[in-house]
Amino acid sequence: METATIAPPIKSEEYFINMGPQHPATHGVLRLLLTLDGEIIKKVEPDLGYIHRSIEKMCERNSYQQIIHLTDRLDYLSSHINNEAVCLAVEAALGVEVPERVKVVRTILDELIRISSHCLWWGVMGMDLGALTSYFYAFRDREMINDIFEETCGARLTMNYNVPGGLMHDIHPNFVARTREFLAHFKTKLPEYDRLLTDNVIFQKRTKGVGVLSRQDAIAFGASGPVGRASGYSCDVRVHHPYSALPKVTFKEALRTEGDSFARYQVRIQEMWESVAIIEQLIDAIPEGPHQVATDAVIKLPKGEFYQKVETARGELGVFIISTGTKNPYRLKFRSPGFSNLSLLNHIAVGGKIGDLVATMATLDLVIPDIDR
Amino acid sequence: MLTSSLLFIPSLHDFLFSLLPPGLAKGAEMVLVGIIYLTIFAVAGLFLVLLERKVAARFQLRLGPNRVGYGGSMQTLADALKLLSKELTGTVRADKFLFNLAPYFVIITALMALAVLPFSQSMQVFDINIGLFFLIALSSVGVIGILLAGWGSNNKYAMIGAMRSGVQTISYELSVGLSLVTMVLLAGSLQLSQIVEVQKSGWLIVQGHIPALIAFMIFMIAGTAETNRAPFDLVEAESELGAGFHTEYSGMKFAYFFLAEFINMFIIAAIAVIVFFGAWLSPFGITESLPWLGVFWFLGKTFLVVLLMMWFRWTFPRLRVDQLLTLEWKYLLPLNLANLVLMAVTVWLNLTIQF
Repeated sequence: METATIAPPIKSEEYFINMGPQHPATHGVLRLLLTLDGEIIKKVEPDLGYIHRSIEKMCERNSYQQIIHLTDRLDYLSSHINNEAVCLAVEAALGVEVPERVKVVRTILDELIRISSHCLWWGVMGMDLGALTSYFYAFRDREMINDIFEETCGARLTMNYNVPGGLMHDIHPNFVARTREFLAHFKTKLPEYDRLLTDNVIFQKRTKGVGVLSRQDAIAFGASGPVGRASGYSCDVRVHHPYSALPKVTFKEALRTEGDSFARYQVRIQEMWESVAIIEQLIDAIPEGPHQVATDAVIKLPKGEFYQKVETARGELGVFIISTGTKNPYRLKFRSPGFSNLSLLNHIAVGGKIGDLVATMATLDLVIPDIDR
Repeated sequence: MLTSSLLFIPSLHDFLFSLLPPGLAKGAEMVLVGIIYLTIFAVAGLFLVLLERKVAARFQLRLGPNRVGYGGSMQTLADALKLLSKELTGTVRADKFLFNLAPYFVIITALMALAVLPFSQSMQVFDINIGLFFLIALSSVGVIGILLAGWGSNNKYAMIGAMRSGVQTISYELSVGLSLVTMVLLAGSLQLSQIVEVQKSGWLIVQGHIPALIAFMIFMIAGTAETNRAPFDLVEAESELGAGFHTEYSGMKFAYFFLAEFINMFIIAAIAVIVFFGAWLSPFGITESLPWLGVFWFLGKTFLVVLLMMWFRWTFPRLRVDQLLTLEWKYLLPLNLANLVLMAVTVWLNLTIQF
């Protein structure tokens, strides 16, 4: 008797695909090794090193004034905040108290660059989800901030405005007027951001419930910045360890509990409002006084270990200096927010579609030179 | 059942037949009409690309192309020349035959659809009695080109894009077809000239009021998906797949895909105008005494619908692939079937609005 042959079930196979180092969604030279089953992601493995410049090693043979210029090239979208981290560490080690004017100007510029960074993120987020228009809206507003920077520091991106002991120059006479002008402009444009993307039903469907990170995992992976705060982990350095003029201002820490991409999105939008509020509290009363206190031409830190952390647009940036009393650090270590935030990508992206991975990466807001250093 | 006729500009027809023996005249007419349509095709494609770039610029606080020619009007021509002069590259171990065949599938189907469009009362090359069916059928042939491109490229990104395209086109075909069938119930014919004729007593979107309006909305959503344009541009999905199915194409082969996308957009808009907005008929018959104005009415309305599709593209984010299918199978298809019944009842009870 003949037995009926049953056709074997259709076999599906996992396959491997290279996302990056040249890929529109990785925003730089990040390489992701994806294992996929059809559209579904089985494994994400980040491969780093394409933009490694040995910044930490270079720091070891440079003077402290020179190190600041290297920090611009970490997270280039928060360059001023990176500069400040090293300056604060050096100033604390030397025991230098900077003038009030410096503190206020530093904080104002910090928040301006945070807005600028979040603007860029917002535009690129839309672009990653296929809505190209948001990019140009964001850049219109970012342009105004860049103009302020250009006038004040002479640079639009890599600012180098901070020096140990204060600021390189005094602020430009137009600084206050132009910042006020920007704030007035930006407060009318932020609701536009909501109308274009936040309230869009497709946008919400693409981001809600995508890339969910629990509070426990956020802490375990060392997530910081908006990524941690979207999971309900209160990790804002500005609140817990205020520096510069931050003790003088009041603002709400943006916190969500959902932990998905949409929550991370909302945290950043709210942070832009908070940054506007911080600048508004400071801009009208910039104290008079010197913009710098004199430091030695060759700065020698006392022997010991020094740590300073600041809140960049992406999270907690730590600077750890080991000094042996010479003009160079013995070892300088950056704790960059992007590196920790990238480490949790595999954890939250597995099980989603390719489109979800792109949305998740967009809300992690990775800057690759910050990860690779 | 096929009745075909070359209706293109009667005076040209008469002129040729008075000059030449009938067989030769017929041949000459075919060649002439072919050349004219190819020209229309190229010019329309280039114009649409320019229009898209200008419209996008207006949406995005930019100026758009403004250097070549007056106000940038020659920009796309310059781009076409650039693409013509570029090297045609390919990948190793690609299926060369299918790789080279794919662009022609896409461009030829787009071109064929142009033949049945009634640009005006006397300007329609091929007035077959199943005109609308012919258009729907052609739109599903184009996807073969995209699948071949994805398969022949030997590139995983292209392959993912092509598979997405297959899924998407097969799904949305249903909605395009059913929403047009809804309107055919009202018009009572598949022949495009007949559908236009019916609308002399009011455009179909007015005649059919509520069900026609629903059908129009479904058609616009499904039509945008058919042409693989944002928010349904998963096939290309720049931020996910690089350039999707045409990642590996360069030069003129890429230009064919690019042009075909715009021509397809034009065709979907043209179908919408024929079926819902009275094709070349003027509103309230205001220019009935000047039939040659029909072309301008037709193109004017079509470009309005094209603008609507561009508006979609520059406003909405892209859907995810499973959301795309959910939208079609769970929402549009049931709605479409219910709408079909609603339209049948409307026609049966004679509830249509006639002027």
